[in-house]
Amino acid sequence: MAEHIIELVDISKTFDSTEVLKTINLYIRKNEFLTLLGPSGCGKTTTLRIIGGFEQPTTGKVLFEGKDITSLPPYKRRVNTVFQRYALFSHLSVEENIAFGLKIKKLDKATIKEKVRNALKLVNLEGYENRSVDSLSGGQQQRIAIARALVNEPDVLLLDEPLGALDLKLRQDMQVELKRMQKQLGITFIYVTHDQEEALTMSDTIVVMKDGLIQQIGTPEDIYNEPKNAFVADFIGESNIIPGIMKKDCLVEFCNTIFDCVDKGFGVNEPVDVVIRPEDVEIYPDDSGKLQGIVESVTFKGVHYEMIIRTDSFAFTAHNTLMFPQNSKVSISVAPDNIHIMKKAVN
Amino acid sequence: MKRRFLAYPYLLWMLIFIVVPLLLVLFYSFTTATEDGFAFTLDNFKTFMQPIYLKVLWRSLALAAISTIVCLILGYPAALILSSRQMSRKSFLLFLFVLPMWMNFLLRTYAWLTLLEKNGFINTILSVFGIEPIQLLYNDGAVVLGMVYNFLPFMVLPIYSVLKKIDPSVIEAAEDLGANQVTVFRKVIFPLSLPGVFSGISMVFMPAVTTFVISRLLGGGQYMLIGNLIEKQFTAVYDWHFGSAVSIVMMVIILISMGILSKYDNDREGGGLW
Amino acid sequence: MVKNAINRIYLFIIFLFLYAPIMVLIVFSFNNSKSRSHWNGFTLRWYIELFQDPVIKKALFYTIAIALLSSLIATIVGTIAAIGIHSFNDWKKTLILNINYIPILNPDIVTGVSLMILFIFARIKLGFWTMLLAHITFNIPYVILSVLPKLKQLNSHLYEAALDLGATPLYAFFKVILPEIRPGIVTGALLAFTLSVDDFVISFFNTSSGVTNLSITIFSMARTGINPKINALSTIMFLTILILLFIVNIRTSKEVKEEKAK
Repeated sequence: MAEHIIELVDISKTFDSTEVLKTINLYIRKNEFLTLLGPSGCGKTTTLRIIGGFEQPTTGKVLFEGKDITSLPPYKRRVNTVFQRYALFSHLSVEENIAFGLKIKKLDKATIKEKVRNALKLVNLEGYENRSVDSLSGGQQQRIAIARALVNEPDVLLLDEPLGALDLKLRQDMQVELKRMQKQLGITFIYVTHDQEEALTMSDTIVVMKDGLIQQIGTPEDIYNEPKNAFVADFIGESNIIPGIMKKDCLVEFCNTIFDCVDKGFGVNEPVDVVIRPEDVEIYPDDSGKLQGIVESVTFKGVHYEMIIRTDSFAFTAHNTLMFPQNSKVSISVAPDNIHIMKKAVN
Repeated sequence: MKRRFLAYPYLLWMLIFIVVPLLLVLFYSFTTATEDGFAFTLDNFKTFMQPIYLKVLWRSLALAAISTIVCLILGYPAALILSSRQMSRKSFLLFLFVLPMWMNFLLRTYAWLTLLEKNGFINTILSVFGIEPIQLLYNDGAVVLGMVYNFLPFMVLPIYSVLKKIDPSVIEAAEDLGANQVTVFRKVIFPLSLPGVFSGISMVFMPAVTTFVISRLLGGGQYMLIGNLIEKQFTAVYDWHFGSAVSIVMMVIILISMGILSKYDNDREGGGLW
Repeated sequence: MVKNAINRIYLFIIFLFLYAPIMVLIVFSFNNSKSRSHWNGFTLRWYIELFQDPVIKKALFYTIAIALLSSLIATIVGTIAAIGIHSFNDWKKTLILNINYIPILNPDIVTGVSLMILFIFARIKLGFWTMLLAHITFNIPYVILSVLPKLKQLNSHLYEAALDLGATPLYAFFKVILPEIRPGIVTGALLAFTLSVDDFVISFFNTSSGVTNLSITIFSMARTGINPKINALSTIMFLTILILLFIVNIRTSKEVKEEKAK
């Protein structure tokens, strides 16, 4: 029990009669990097703001190390936030921004100076103390926002899409750095993003959300390899999602063909969603595969080619390092353990 | 963020000092004093329908319209020149346009009084050329002059700020497509500047139609403009009921002209004086 | 080249039209006679008479007292109100803003008489206090309209960031929100002050003969005839405005530069 730093118990949130969160239960362990992942409007930012204390849940409790903090205002929580658009105080210098929280705690001047210096060192911006916030680039402002939060030595750092405004290259660098800081400081990070790649790169645990509900909680590997439903599968990576029928344990029919699989526990003749990753579609230049098709389009993607292969009943997206020319006849197969069977999404 | 309560004191203030006074004006305009209080009546508005008062209304609208047109004719070229790329020291020239606007309105009008009077500056200069002194004051012309002088910057600035915002590449594109300078102006610059023109028109027309100072100092006659009519009801005749009715008429005129102009003037920033 | 020259001449004529009357006023304020057309030598006597005139001295006092008090009160009330209005949304905000627009859009004369009716209706004697209340009423809307855009520009997370870093709501307001919107507040205060100094119409209806501001004094002097003291007054006011506008312009151009640096 003690290893849970934050617990959300039966949290729900309603804004002007719109239900943004419906019964969220979540346990966050000490020192983990947890990511709330989902499309916009899924409730991930609201969840983060409830932890930060900026929103009150309509029902439910927030526990911090076992104690109820639901009605505690933000300035009394041992939690700090890195905001989406940084929210730096433009009337203060870099140093004054970082020292803001320390001054409120009434630390002595020398300690503040020392801590600010260390915080700037942590984010690789040594010597920027006297710069004005407006003179910094987006990436630098981002680092100051992180330093300003971390300098207070919070038990938990909340990050609300902190890399959203940066360009791709900078984003990738910052992902690596955030992970480094989290390991170095040994504190809990709760990270909100809609970018699945970012989530997979950095997280210890990913929480996939949709429409105010948690869809799946797991390690990046779990989420990627064993998505619980078609939504998670599709959101985590490009996927072929094909309607199918479970014939019996380890046997599924889709595209009018019977395939071996490894999933059990479905009803006989239960309709299911079959999920196949593009890189798991095996392509043969002859008719030795199980489904016959024609290459409809070919796009070079750098490491691999992306091909659309149309069979009688479905157009498969396939990734392969080999190129099969457009309009050529091919056949495809999928290995049993690459076929993921999911319960039909209830809509 | 539940900080709405911060607005409550001002909401109360608005109620007392903005809403209630206007309701009182409305109340007075539809009533007349009787021995035991007030009685509802339309007489105040009927009185206004008499030819003598309609003539005042007509003169107010006509003089304001003439002044607006003169301001547009004088001001548009000035705005165009100011906004042209060749013009150097633009911000200084702009400053020169703004400066007189902040000079006390009465002093600006008073200045013309001293220039136009019978033995004033202009007549003195004319006499050097052997021209007999002429009566320049106390006529419609003097009032229009006073209006144009006071309100010209209100026409120039909105037009200028819209012209300045026109992307130069739009003009270059028109030239690239074969338009000569006249066509560029007619087909590109002028249509794009219309929002500024409309907000300039409203910024000149509104104060011109409601003024009573310019007409009182430079114009002749007792009931020169509708503004004078209102002023007299409250300061000399003490007929608040009729004065309120004329005020309501003036508000309606302003509302209607604003309604017409705002249809064309979507660019509210056009009037940026600051 | 020819076009450029025509342009410059045109602008010159317009500026001549705008400034000649003011310049004539200024020049003749130093004229050693009551004439506005003949130069009789240099004098400062109108300035001396101006400063000795008890009516003008009193009017100057009231003008400045009312401008200072009304702009100060309007700035405080307006800023607080703007923050409150900012957190309204939907039709209520639109309604409040529309009512707030009334004193700006309504003809001054209607605002003036409507307030006068209110005061007399409420049996409040016209004078200093009614004039002050009237000035506050027409000043607040301008302060609100100057502050609201700054609040809109404000990153909505700024306040939360301060709370997150341990600031209490009051500390966050004074240390974060107020400094961030200060340019809007200062602009609003300056605008309110200038409008108050300049006002004639609304003051005219809401005061008694004992309490007049400069505009009203100029009006009654100009009605009874020409007076060289007014010329002297014009010169002083023109220079004051010139200096004030210079300060404001420098301030705003600095702000623009800062904006550009972002």
